[in-house]
Amino acid sequence: MPGFALRSVYAAILLSAVLSLHSVSAAGPEPYDPWPGLVQDIFDSRAMDDGSNLIALEMPTRAEDAAIVPVTLRLKLTSDARSRVVSITLVIDQNPAPMAAKFKLGADANVSEISTRVRINNYTNVHAVAETSDGKLHVVQTYVKASGGCSAPAAKNAEEAKNRLGQMRYRQFARPQNEGSSSTREAQVMVGHPNNSGLQMDQVSQLYIPALYVDRLQLWQDDSPVLSVEGGISISEDPNIRFTYVSNGAKTFRAEAKDTDGHQFSHEWKVDGSGM
Amino acid sequence: MTSRLAMHAALIMLAMLASAHAQQQTLAIGEVAPGVFMHQGRIALMSSDNDGAIANIGVVIGEQAVAVIDTGGSVREGRQLLAAIRAHTDKPIRYVINTHGHPDHMFGNAAFVAEGTEFVGHVRLPQALAVRGQYYVDAFRRSMGDALIDDVRIVPPTRLVDGELVLDLGGRTLVVKAWPTAHSDSDVTVFDTVTKTLFAGDLVFLRHIPVLDGSIQAWLKLLDDLAALPANRVVPGHGPVSAWPQALAAERRYLETLASDIRSDVTDGRPIAAAAEHAAAAERDKWELFDDYNARNATAAYSQFEWE
Repeated sequence: MPGFALRSVYAAILLSAVLSLHSVSAAGPEPYDPWPGLVQDIFDSRAMDDGSNLIALEMPTRAEDAAIVPVTLRLKLTSDARSRVVSITLVIDQNPAPMAAKFKLGADANVSEISTRVRINNYTNVHAVAETSDGKLHVVQTYVKASGGCSAPAAKNAEEAKNRLGQMRYRQFARPQNEGSSSTREAQVMVGHPNNSGLQMDQVSQLYIPALYVDRLQLWQDDSPVLSVEGGISISEDPNIRFTYVSNGAKTFRAEAKDTDGHQFSHEWKVDGSGM
Repeated sequence: MTSRLAMHAALIMLAMLASAHAQQQTLAIGEVAPGVFMHQGRIALMSSDNDGAIANIGVVIGEQAVAVIDTGGSVREGRQLLAAIRAHTDKPIRYVINTHGHPDHMFGNAAFVAEGTEFVGHVRLPQALAVRGQYYVDAFRRSMGDALIDDVRIVPPTRLVDGELVLDLGGRTLVVKAWPTAHSDSDVTVFDTVTKTLFAGDLVFLRHIPVLDGSIQAWLKLLDDLAALPANRVVPGHGPVSAWPQALAAERRYLETLASDIRSDVTDGRPIAAAAEHAAAAERDKWELFDDYNARNATAAYSQFEWE
């Protein structure tokens, strides 16, 4: 009899624990902070210092469209800095795949700005971690509210996305005349690709829709690397990257992309030497 | 005299008890044409305060059966809709038609799951619900709360529409038509041939700013085909019942303004974030919820015009 009473007390405790756990995960604004774990997993627990003198991370305070949230990374590095930024890793803490992208900056390209678009699944911190050539890590962060309404981090027009698979576009933008040196260029590369996350189950077949996304994009001016991107499913459909770099006088611009099915896409364009 | 008064008082008590018991048990529906009813949703975002009841809902009663067009933004709203229908008729609900897969139109589906009830939707709706359904349930927990969301089940269609499907309610037929990707990738309209009432789902917005979750180019292209439907009136997805096809004018103007602004942003190389802030500014005073949706529409449109 006492044993029975004890059991029911345990059961009550367990039940209340389950209930409180449920309500925390369900209704709590931030169930837990995944960042310490992400530092361990992605950055091998390396020390990071405040990167706000080095880079700026710009995002809207609210994800208007959950599937297409603009992100801009701006380098503040002045020319007298001793060490240059070699890579920037973008982490969306609360996304199913938090590591959104790692940008490696070409040694001679002087990339000063990178914009892309990401999916935002939830209210989340977003971190950008810059690694400098002295091996140090520098972090900045911002907070983005999830989109409201019927917006979802999913395809709007899956058929059209499929039809665009593998198409590539390059565009060079006009620069304001008094901004940067005359060899500074602003350009954009777009890759048509559904970038499927593979996290959703088809309710008819009960099978997971396989993930298919661009995991690498490399950009060159002639044979000199400008930028390479290791991407994941947090990058929006039709990966789109807009960037500012310094021309080495190259006559061509080349992009190569690879997806998780092993498809390779590449394209080469003539560069407008004038800078427009 | 006293006994009548007592009976009256008892009846009032009973009614009060009933309504307290079920927190307003029936949804307000009004007859817009013989046998055709609608609930007009509030122009608002879904929240715990409004039970998610922001979308319009249609009910068509035939000689033998009933069709429900969309089920509302929560199972609570769905149940109140069911009670409202039962106050008008005992005929079986043979069809529940989901005009598309957005939560304000289908979170009430679970209230209608019953033997003999078919769920009707666009041929692409199962896929849309597969990739978005769980996300919606999780995302709306924040604004709607556990009490409303715990009951929600994603109920996919059991009967798919590719092209047109005619449903017989006895003495009247409904034509369900599947459209190409426009407002969303799984929009259907429902046309009652007897009263020439068109249930347009979210292919038509009035007062509530149009919301783009499909293709702006295709939506604009589709407006002429939509206008050609031989309807007398439209029940839009959001906003008041209106004369057809005049009801399309405001939406067309908004979409054309947005398209033209975004096209020049893309041509001029203005970045997507800047475009989202300024596009269609001329429309701000003409719509409710403009600031909740316009930047999002602009973002979506921009990413489409870039590929033109």
